[in-house]
Amino acid sequence: MDGTELAGQILYTWLTLVFGLILLPSAFGVSLGISEIYMKILVKTLEWATLRIETGVAKQSALKNSASVGIIQRDESPMEKGLSGLRGRDFELSDVFYFSKKGLEAIVEDEVTQRFSSEELVSWNLLTRTNVNFQYVSPRLTAVWVLGVIVRYCVLLPLRLTLAFIGISLFVIGTTLVGQLPRNRLKNLLSELVHLTCCRICVRALSGTIHYHNRQYRPQKGGICVANHTSPIDVLILTTDGCYTMVGQVHGGLMGIIQRAMVKACPHVWFERSEMKDRHLVIKRLKEHIAHKKELPILIFPEGTCINNTSVMMFKKGSFEIGGTIHPVAIKYNPQFGDAFWNSSKYNIVSYLLRVMTSWAIVCDVWYMPPMTREEGEDAVQFANRVKSAIAVQGGLTELPWDGGLKRAKVKDAFKEEQQKNYSKMIVGNGSLKSELD
Amino acid sequence: MGSRASTLLRDEELEEIKKETGFSHSQITRLYSRFTSLDKGENGTLSREDFQRIPELAINPLGDRIINAFFPEGEDQVNFRGFMRTLAHFRPIEDNEKSKDVNGPEPLNSRSNKLHFAFRLYDLDKDDKISRDELLQGKAQLLPVEDRGGRLGQCKVLRMMVGVNISDEQLGSIADRTIQEADQDGDSAISFTEFVKVLEKVDVEQKMSIRFLH
Repeated sequence: MDGTELAGQILYTWLTLVFGLILLPSAFGVSLGISEIYMKILVKTLEWATLRIETGVAKQSALKNSASVGIIQRDESPMEKGLSGLRGRDFELSDVFYFSKKGLEAIVEDEVTQRFSSEELVSWNLLTRTNVNFQYVSPRLTAVWVLGVIVRYCVLLPLRLTLAFIGISLFVIGTTLVGQLPRNRLKNLLSELVHLTCCRICVRALSGTIHYHNRQYRPQKGGICVANHTSPIDVLILTTDGCYTMVGQVHGGLMGIIQRAMVKACPHVWFERSEMKDRHLVIKRLKEHIAHKKELPILIFPEGTCINNTSVMMFKKGSFEIGGTIHPVAIKYNPQFGDAFWNSSKYNIVSYLLRVMTSWAIVCDVWYMPPMTREEGEDAVQFANRVKSAIAVQGGLTELPWDGGLKRAKVKDAFKEEQQKNYSKMIVGNGSLKSELD
Repeated sequence: MGSRASTLLRDEELEEIKKETGFSHSQITRLYSRFTSLDKGENGTLSREDFQRIPELAINPLGDRIINAFFPEGEDQVNFRGFMRTLAHFRPIEDNEKSKDVNGPEPLNSRSNKLHFAFRLYDLDKDDKISRDELLQGKAQLLPVEDRGGRLGQCKVLRMMVGVNISDEQLGSIADRTIQEADQDGDSAISFTEFVKVLEKVDVEQKMSIRFLH
């Protein structure tokens, strides 16, 4: 009897604390400063750990951790220089050297496949999962690591799970209730309140620290918001600061429930799987949506898949054919506190969320950027590339022309054919190339 | 929760690879990281598909021949030792190595071994000769018995490099010219010695070396 009473008391105090310190402030968008204190302690601890590792490693061996440097220095010379050629020079037996060198360089280190796995850290952040090149240094460091494990799994994880549960339940209930109202201003206001409160609770469920920059450029009604994609959490991060219209596929399970609830309160655009394949249908519906200029901005991730936040890959042109004003947003996570990248081939969504909830925190910067529109004589692809460059520059990410779809699909033959064509031009000169009609 | 490949590189194995290939400790560790990241099946070996997943390699005209160079005769999997052995061909030649081990086996990245690597890219049937039988498939088989004048067997490899942009006749004449210049013993094929002779003025060390960082 005593045991259950005690457990009951603890649970009661726990819930009151959670309610008072986290839920209420979330509703009003106020912060009590607890997370800031936590972050400060965390930063100090990690700095201490880094120092210990550096002194420890210097004592033991000269094993430099060159995670930020590549394995090789690539030879970036183009085909003409690599083949020591001017146009019209003949084929030589040594030409094969150039291709084999390029091939081997790609095997050792290539620009694309590394983007589909988590970024390597420069210094260890006391999480086993990032411990790739780091060795045992000292007992004190190990003790701190053990303490870290206890704190993360026994204190933070239950708290975060509670918050996540509360957040999602409130969201579903709230939106369903608001959905009962007729479509008027009150409904929109309440819907916004529910969205924002629940998102803030969920962000606290991840110990998220988000810095928003340039808030004067926040996406406006009737526009399209475009951002780089790293994980499903991106959505959460953006919706904490404003309401958007979501676009996406209809899912089953818990996601499906959330989607159906959301759409009652506020008109999101959900597609059936079969409809997604029909690009024109998708574009048509989105065009209709922004035509009124009174709807919330649409949120789209043009990369189409999650990339590891070190680079921005090809933006699919579909989003840029809709018209309207594009509001680019750059999101950059700080990997030191927790890895936000979802490697969907390695982890399913549940393992991923658990990993995120047992990290230290999710820290990121969000930059809102001035709106962009398609210029005269610019086609969708060029416009997409222009927006992509802007986002890459703002977020400090590298820019790649490769398609994020290469995560799962094979590269198109057209690229190989282009290489072959260039080489052929070199060995026979332009005029005597076999024409395609032959 | 997900788990990383649990096969770690043992120290003895590392030492053996260091001796055989000449890579440094840290280079081998980093290349092992790369090997495991390519190994999607997490079974300690790479298959041809694992290589083809690298886009920059897939668009290389000689991609398939290069991938083939990693796999020993008739095998479909390559382990880390084999991977390193092939990569070692592309290690730069360092001056202090030239006078090192006169009695030991030739280092994998010697000029001769680099040329051997390139020769094997051409020599499709591995008979130590680049011969006419390694020709454009199909067309050669339909020809009558008459000798077509010693075409270079690398035509197939040539075809890989140029794609559809050059006609068979033109490609054939390019091959004819190349083999004429190289062939010395008149057997209408290029042996390894003849291959080396043709390339004696080429800076093989620079063209077939990758700058590895420490």
